[in-house]
Amino acid sequence: MKPAPFAYLRARSLAEAFDALDRHGEEARLLAGGQSLIPALNLRLATPAVLVDINGLAGLAGIALQGGVVRIGALTRHAALEASEIVARHLPLLAEAVPQIAHPAIRSRGTLGGSIALADPAAELPACALALDATIVAMGRAGERRIAARDFFRGLYQTDLQPGELVAAVEFPVQPPERRGCVLELARRQGDYAIVGLAAAATVQGDGALRDPRLVFFGVGPTPVRAAAAEAALAGAGGVAAAQAALERDLDPPADLHGPPQFRRHLARVLLGRAAARLLG
Amino acid sequence: MDRFVAIRLTVNGEPVEARVDARLHLVDFLREQLDLTGSHVGCEHGVCGACTIRVNGEIVRGCLMLAAQCDGAEVWTIEGLTETGEIAALQEAFVARNALQCGFCTPGMLVAAAELLRREPRPSRERIRDWLGGNYCRCTGYHAIVDAVEQAAAALHGAPAE
Amino acid sequence: MTGSPLSEIDRPNSYIGRSVPRPNARRLVAGRGAYVDDLRLPRMAHVAFLRSPHAHARILAIHAEEARRAPGVIRVVTGRELAAHCTPWVGVLHHLKGLKSAPQHAMAVDRACWQGEPVCAVVARSRAEAEDAAALIRVDWEELPAVTDMETALDPATPVIHPDLGDNLAFRREHVGGDPDAAFADPEAVVVEATFHTGRHTGVCLEGRSILADWNPAEERLTVYQSTQAPHMMQTVFARHLGLREGQVRVVCKDVGGSYGIKVHVYPDEVATAALSKMLGRPVKFVADRIEGMVSDIHARDHRLRARAAVRRDGTLLAMEVDDLTGIGPYSVYPRTSAVEGNQVVNLCGGPYVLKGYRAKTTVVFQNKTPTCQYRAVGHPIATAVTEGLVDLAAEAIGMDPAEIRRRNLIPDDAYPCTSLSGMRFEALSHHKCLARLLEMMDYERLRAEQAELRKHGIHRGIGLACFIELTNPSPFMYGIGGARISAMDGATVRLDPDGSLAVASGVTEQGQGTEAILAQIAATAVGVPVERVRVVTGDTEVTPYGGGTWASRGAGIGGEAMLQAGLALKEGILAVAGAMLQARPETLDIRGGVVVDRASGAERLPLEELGRVVYFRGDTLPRDLPRELVATRHWTPKEYPFCFTNGAQASYLEVDVETGFVRLLGHWCVEDCGTVINPMLVEEQIRGGVVQGIGGALFEHCVYSPEGQLLSGSLADYLVPMSGEMPDIHVGHVETPTRESALGAKGAGEAGTAGAPAAVQNAINDALRPFGARVLAQPFTPARILAALGRI
Repeated sequence: MKPAPFAYLRARSLAEAFDALDRHGEEARLLAGGQSLIPALNLRLATPAVLVDINGLAGLAGIALQGGVVRIGALTRHAALEASEIVARHLPLLAEAVPQIAHPAIRSRGTLGGSIALADPAAELPACALALDATIVAMGRAGERRIAARDFFRGLYQTDLQPGELVAAVEFPVQPPERRGCVLELARRQGDYAIVGLAAAATVQGDGALRDPRLVFFGVGPTPVRAAAAEAALAGAGGVAAAQAALERDLDPPADLHGPPQFRRHLARVLLGRAAARLLG
Repeated sequence: MDRFVAIRLTVNGEPVEARVDARLHLVDFLREQLDLTGSHVGCEHGVCGACTIRVNGEIVRGCLMLAAQCDGAEVWTIEGLTETGEIAALQEAFVARNALQCGFCTPGMLVAAAELLRREPRPSRERIRDWLGGNYCRCTGYHAIVDAVEQAAAALHGAPAE
Repeated sequence: MTGSPLSEIDRPNSYIGRSVPRPNARRLVAGRGAYVDDLRLPRMAHVAFLRSPHAHARILAIHAEEARRAPGVIRVVTGRELAAHCTPWVGVLHHLKGLKSAPQHAMAVDRACWQGEPVCAVVARSRAEAEDAAALIRVDWEELPAVTDMETALDPATPVIHPDLGDNLAFRREHVGGDPDAAFADPEAVVVEATFHTGRHTGVCLEGRSILADWNPAEERLTVYQSTQAPHMMQTVFARHLGLREGQVRVVCKDVGGSYGIKVHVYPDEVATAALSKMLGRPVKFVADRIEGMVSDIHARDHRLRARAAVRRDGTLLAMEVDDLTGIGPYSVYPRTSAVEGNQVVNLCGGPYVLKGYRAKTTVVFQNKTPTCQYRAVGHPIATAVTEGLVDLAAEAIGMDPAEIRRRNLIPDDAYPCTSLSGMRFEALSHHKCLARLLEMMDYERLRAEQAELRKHGIHRGIGLACFIELTNPSPFMYGIGGARISAMDGATVRLDPDGSLAVASGVTEQGQGTEAILAQIAATAVGVPVERVRVVTGDTEVTPYGGGTWASRGAGIGGEAMLQAGLALKEGILAVAGAMLQARPETLDIRGGVVVDRASGAERLPLEELGRVVYFRGDTLPRDLPRELVATRHWTPKEYPFCFTNGAQASYLEVDVETGFVRLLGHWCVEDCGTVINPMLVEEQIRGGVVQGIGGALFEHCVYSPEGQLLSGSLADYLVPMSGEMPDIHVGHVETPTRESALGAKGAGEAGTAGAPAAVQNAINDALRPFGARVLAQPFTPARILAALGRI
């Protein structure tokens, strides 16, 4: 199938992009990496009147270490994340996630900001943002607005972004060395969206306990899901088994072609066990 | 802002100026407007890899970029990469190993494999399988493709370190 | 081997059995293929089809006014309008007794019977504009109840899809061989039984179905460039349904981007495209995009099979019974019909084994889903999964090793010719040789030891074996006797040009499997020229000999034999001329390396280019009455056996993650006896590709429908094709038992991989699960199904 017709604006400045968003409202879509939007256009699942291409806004790309924060511009491509020394050193969890996203020819175009703004519930990067307590930097004509990742993902493809806003950057707190993380996912084929994925982080104590765990599942609900009950259980006396049991309260996964809800719940428990072993290992 | 967009780019080293329908994706532009029919359309939703081409030095899905986005870009397709001889070792190995049958996936497969060998001189079989995991081939069992990429790597970079 | 039937191909300079690279591969790796979508003609228009969104619905009205006015639109044509230019067809064959189907139009006229059936065509300057206009068409639909569950298709309460047919039964056949009742009543018999499912899946050729039809009113000729396996069959179809004589239609088939049986059928949208070209008097192109391909390419293998087997405790298999049910969509596909797959299940189950009793039944029912028809290895993967599944169940029941029970029951290699209880006649098979070679290649004993050791550490690996038979080289008994104009014969022409090179043409077609390469090898060998000096033409009804095309692995066996005979005939003609020129008796001469030589000494006497020069340009110097035909055409068709049979054995080694249900393939082996191997390298990757298609069905691929008849796995994001990352290395071995029906002895190798792979994977998974008392028999074997079998979800 070919896309339905649309007009195209190559934004040369943020102001031009905001103008277009103001003028066309819901009829306009921002084009970043396009690796989710263009398939939707090709399948006529998305039929915007106007496409506002922000790829030319050089200021929106780049990875910088700023004090205790790694600020990553929205237009930073997955391939750049993969190649980044800063990400590898300070955000190892993110570094582990990126190679699991799709395939090389997709990672060369897909962007961090696009993934965060689309908020696909099965995608890796929104879950990583939650697991790493990232802050989403939204930008509108009025300026920047900072939103904690936990407040950003609102529902299925729903975010806290307001009309006229775009994701400008994501700020990730530098992870201290004792803070460990991993990203595990189960997909039928390498590069597919995960049936269930888990971005997990915790501080490992000398006694082998996991303090302040973050367990963020993806592919199991309308948004990336932070498993609060399991986190509490994991930090407590019950350990991994209690955390796995607690997932029953945290997760309400949907049925789909892969299997029924209990299938995903089961896989989530398995991943939790494996993640805990990794973090402790 | 218009439904039609003027672009200037280079394709296979040649300057190209065109006015394109904004909705035209890159692989259709190459095929329909430039008659570069070596890049193929297999799914148009970014899964099959038949349209894999090189844009600004990186491999992309040709169906997941718009021609309108390619103003100023440097695009290389199977035709150009063949003419420069850059992927000759891979092509030679694909023929020698029968790493293709119908040939429809082959241009995309070659462009993807070339990128792997550019980055990693001696990838393992497993690594080759993973790297090409986004390029669908229905005819071969992938085995000969992996053989061919290994053979090309050896031809380019010598025998593996034991 | 001098003096044997193989002498002509077993020459010192023979190319038979050599891994010669394909001549057309260089073009394809350079992006110089010529697939239908690469072709452009002056005034070419594009068609897009509006397709039914409903599984079953009446068309009350079509509102196309807005579409007709849309930019770029040339013509909008409804099914009713098209029907005036194109007659409907009925997909039946007389020899499949009782098979019935309803008339099918190129586009739905009153009623759409599956989601995806073409309803209205928009011809426009570009495909995009045609789609824009199609989106503007409004259809008033009256939804009708959809028949989607094949289990209830014949229930009295279920609506009948075609009331004129009386019920939803398309075909039923029951076959009894030997005495199954006595075998099952054997006092020593242990009976195992199970229900198997093979998931509905489809071919997903990377190149979508494609056609460019060009009606030239001045010549009153239709030229069709089509991605097809059977150009001559399509010539007949276009002529018959567009009211033309066959001679008015030319079908040209250039490069084909994969076919596997998908492109051997008559598709409504393709016939409609040809009709539209005739209506408009200009070229019209249609390329099925992936989304419409998923609902309009034929599907296959939607079967439920209840099966049982009787075995004695000493390991002797006694009998098998199979009750097959399959749903084929609303029409039997034209002209090969949709009954063949079920019919093959009846023919093939139990095929490798000595049995005392056999009973098989197939029930073929209509449904409101995409039509199913023949797809690579028709019926074989189904029959093999059931047969080999039963054999493993029997082995388990009596505590016997799966390799041992097969050794005890496979038809002995010296028992041929023989006839199976299903009535299949086997000329010469090699089950024991293949199995022995397979076990040796995979080091079966070592893998068993490794499996046992790893089990102690909670790692669950499985080994699965599958022996199989493969039907190839069909005679007219496949289609011709049923009334279909599908040629079982094929022809080949070999011509010596003045420069000493050969131009050859064949009625079989190149789909990428290397047909042109092997035809060149055969012609080069038969005549005695270097293979580089052979040029091959296929895929054009105007210039090739008449033939059936490429399907059922007939290219090498039938097309190859015709080429061999044509080459030998040409050689005889060349040597007659050479004899006159050299004043030698022709039988004392030979052709080697493109040079006429003395047969005994090998001394070079006359290069072919010199002979060509004299014959073509200085014929005045030759004796007046000397025949000087440097072209030969021969045809060949199987006559002794209705089908050729080949055989082989496969093994899968894999690991099941019993926590997640995920399967990791560690290795796959296939030993195949395709008779004479013409080009081992081509056969091997052909086998491997077939194996991967089989693995696809076993683990990944599934056309999943909602109860309302909506395809839920309609994109490549949801319909999972096998990719390189999950596939194992596949090791191929050859056993060669040439057929004596032909001088070449080739049997065909296209189905083998697909035939055996699902069974091998199924048995390996169940081998891994055995300690848990768990078992999966419904393909695809998904993680969820495996976990359910393990009782973990």
